[in-house]
Amino acid sequence: MQRIGVFVCHCGSNIAATVDVAKVAEMALMEPGVVHAEDYQYMCSEAGQAKIAEAVHEKNLTGVVVCSCSPRMHEATFRKAAERAGLNPYMVEIANIREHCSWIHKDMEEATKKAVILMRAAVAKVNLNTPLKEGESRVTKRALVIGGGIAGIQTALDIADAGYEVDIVEKTPSIGGRMSQLDKTFPTLDCSACILTPKMVEAAAHEKITIYTYSEVEKVSGFVGEFTVDIRKKARHVDMDKCTGCGVCQEKCPSKKAPSEFNRGLNKRSAIYTPFAQAIPNVPVIDCDNCIKFKTGKCGICAKVCQAGAIDYEQQDEILTEKYGAIVVATGFDTINLEKYDEYAYSQSPDVITSLELERVMNAAGPTHGHLERLSDGKAPKEMVFIQCVGSRCSDDRGKSYCSKICCMYTAKHAMLIRDKYPDVNVTVFYIDVRTPGKNFDEFYRRAVEQYGVNYIKGQVGKVIPQPDGKLLVQASDLLDNQQILKEADMVVLATAIEPNPDVRKIATMLTASIDTNNFLTEAHAKLRPVESPTAGIFLSGVCQGPKDIPETVAQAGAAAVKAVGLLAKDKLMTNPCTAHADELLCNGCSTCENVCPYGAITYEEKEVNDHGIREVRRIANVNNALCQGCGACTVACPSGAMDLKGFSNRQIIAEVDAICR
Amino acid sequence: MQELKDRARELLADGTVKRVLGWKIGDLPYNPEPAYFETEESLKDFVYNGFCGANLSKYMIEASKLDGKTMVCLKPCDTYSFNQLMKEHRVDREKAYIAGVGCKGKLDIEKIRKQGIKAIERIEGAGICDEAETLKIQTVYGEKTCAYADAMLERCHVCKGKEHKIYDELIGESKETADADRFDEVAAIEAMSPEEKFAFFQKELSKCIRCNACRNVCPACSCRKCVFDSTKFDSSQKANVDSFEEKMFHIIRAFHVAGRCTDCGECSRVCPQGIPLHLFNRKFIKDINELYGEYQAGEDTGAKAPLTDYTFEDAEPSIVGKRG
Repeated sequence: MQRIGVFVCHCGSNIAATVDVAKVAEMALMEPGVVHAEDYQYMCSEAGQAKIAEAVHEKNLTGVVVCSCSPRMHEATFRKAAERAGLNPYMVEIANIREHCSWIHKDMEEATKKAVILMRAAVAKVNLNTPLKEGESRVTKRALVIGGGIAGIQTALDIADAGYEVDIVEKTPSIGGRMSQLDKTFPTLDCSACILTPKMVEAAAHEKITIYTYSEVEKVSGFVGEFTVDIRKKARHVDMDKCTGCGVCQEKCPSKKAPSEFNRGLNKRSAIYTPFAQAIPNVPVIDCDNCIKFKTGKCGICAKVCQAGAIDYEQQDEILTEKYGAIVVATGFDTINLEKYDEYAYSQSPDVITSLELERVMNAAGPTHGHLERLSDGKAPKEMVFIQCVGSRCSDDRGKSYCSKICCMYTAKHAMLIRDKYPDVNVTVFYIDVRTPGKNFDEFYRRAVEQYGVNYIKGQVGKVIPQPDGKLLVQASDLLDNQQILKEADMVVLATAIEPNPDVRKIATMLTASIDTNNFLTEAHAKLRPVESPTAGIFLSGVCQGPKDIPETVAQAGAAAVKAVGLLAKDKLMTNPCTAHADELLCNGCSTCENVCPYGAITYEEKEVNDHGIREVRRIANVNNALCQGCGACTVACPSGAMDLKGFSNRQIIAEVDAICR
Repeated sequence: MQELKDRARELLADGTVKRVLGWKIGDLPYNPEPAYFETEESLKDFVYNGFCGANLSKYMIEASKLDGKTMVCLKPCDTYSFNQLMKEHRVDREKAYIAGVGCKGKLDIEKIRKQGIKAIERIEGAGICDEAETLKIQTVYGEKTCAYADAMLERCHVCKGKEHKIYDELIGESKETADADRFDEVAAIEAMSPEEKFAFFQKELSKCIRCNACRNVCPACSCRKCVFDSTKFDSSQKANVDSFEEKMFHIIRAFHVAGRCTDCGECSRVCPQGIPLHLFNRKFIKDINELYGEYQAGEDTGAKAPLTDYTFEDAEPSIVGKRG
């Protein structure tokens, strides 16, 4: 029989205001095995932990139940406290009476009742707990960064500078990401390319960094410290070793109908192309869907003009398998599809553009060589309207519920740049709120209004109506003047909401990293572990975790790098002792567990067993404890109940359910 | 049937197989039983007729442990079970010589009885070679007749097809018997209100006497030790809180065989209480087909089972939940 101590935390008033904590402690004493129960204001404090240690010594406790916050918060804290007092840490269970009870209930009587039930379940489990011992696993001293935008580049540079090998896998033909598409950056207005390209070059030249562009992560197996990743290097059809980057092939390519991804489809590119002049690597790829040679078999001009003989139409995709200790996700964002916002006439008029498209229009390397002009007729605009929050802070399911965070600042930037370069252009911004928290941000916005005379109107735009003369009629309301406005504009710019790159869902699934309803990767703790995924060994960098601007992205990229380096610096990792094991007398040898195991931890062996005197060779499941992550998939899939999980045995779980239903 | 018997004799004689797994004449004209035949002499009791519904695949688990090969007679539907057992490493293909036997639909004595035909002495037209459309049944009350199709097991009306999915040789001809949709019965239950459903299953399952016949005959229920028999699990020792708790047995069993059940229909065939147990399994099969794409357990040994495989196209758990 266990000797269990139950410790009920008030969490200040977080729990105690809704749950009668003294009553929970009193009820605990009536549970089987419980020899000690008390409540205290902050169990996690030093004094609270001392109370646990004291009771362990005085009452010879063999098990501990702490009724407090989520185990994700303080399970480790209490386990360590118990361990210091001489208990096996796995003899500690948490009854979550905060997130699961006090925070979600109002009625004290009901909440107390539920807290008692949760306490009972934890006691029932501890009664069946057994001491467990952690194992050890190795750490592969190499990191993978998925995504080669500013977040990925910065993370890779920081990891590499700390002395570890890093691979960057980038889906597109060049690293650089969204930042490479920007013209100027707020709040200092430096040229994006001028600050980004040196970093791109630095990453490419770094001896510890390997860059795989035009490549995708295909498969991930393994676990923290030892991930095995298949990387698909898509066929470029250009030999990277031979190509000199002279660009003749792109000039001579007769197929120039493909929309340029880099210029957001505002102009065309050749079928063999590098996305932009500063691309790294400066090696083109052949877009087979648009290449005449691939479509009809006739052409081959690029191969003929290539002095280096680098064109290889036969090149195939290549799968590369590498091992990594840590993985950083830096998959970035895209702007949302505007299909559902037809009132802004984005699909009807080429003069309605997104802000990211405006970046390209304003950029010297863009489709208009940096001249601000209407894309329909090339005329210089005189009236420009900016619409904020297109798809952001949206209360229906057309858009996103969150604030995209960067739009207020880049719109102020655009407005200011236009007024500076073209003082004859009137700029009007329709906004819900202007949000400028950040160093020198509000000063920047005020400069746009006060120095540059940008006309800010609080109110939303209802419709943008293309007129027969090519103008755009903007119908809006001014909430401060309580007036309806009809305004003619030459160009309308939509501050389109940003969303995580759609590929992140697939990547998150491969990494078993959780994502939220908006497809942003979830952090392990919103405040205290913001750059770590709840999945061990997976770190988050940049907008894949939530909207952020460049300085924040770079800061987070550095933070993710430090966390990854902290992991890579370890020689060994302690492994979770809550692993699966098969009862060899019950195992059917059916391979069901082997099929469902996401970690490849289960193999089968022919083994002689002694089943109540009958000796026979049977096919038995064997779990590799170093690989098993204790996910429990095998225990539920096993038809005979032979698979069980240490620390979460079927029996313990049934005991918990029974205690709840009692 | 003679052809089958002759082949069995030859294979025993030339030592290809050590024994034959088939059916033996029972004490009544309609209850042949599974049996091993180890000598040519013993084959005199060998029988194969319309009443040989028993699926012999499961016996191959034990036969796989014996010395030498076993000639096993499998009807088309039985081969699905054999494949499934092979996939689960429970039977050894090398130890089996599979005689794929023809099938013209198997008979259900209960259906004959329901027509008021009782005290049966002899049945003509049930032999596998007979082309009889009608069964002639000699009873103590005189001769009665019954259309073959009217006496067929429910499962034969929704037959998966007469193609053997695995065999070493084919013996005898088959005849298509399917004339109904396999999921009609399930759809009818799905259309019920929750209260009606509960009442339906309460009524059916309350007949259960826990004889375990369904479990013992089921090829998917082939665990070395059933969770309901093992002291390792609380399920075997638990006192029943109410009369329905015992019936949870069937629901748990259906979950245990979900995705592995080939819908061979043996559970319903052997139930002495006439409970339509196959409905549980068929509901799972229907759901799997609808949520994860058409899948037939035992059709081959290679395909990944939808419940133990993951693809990006899989239905989200919330969708599965919504369907109830």
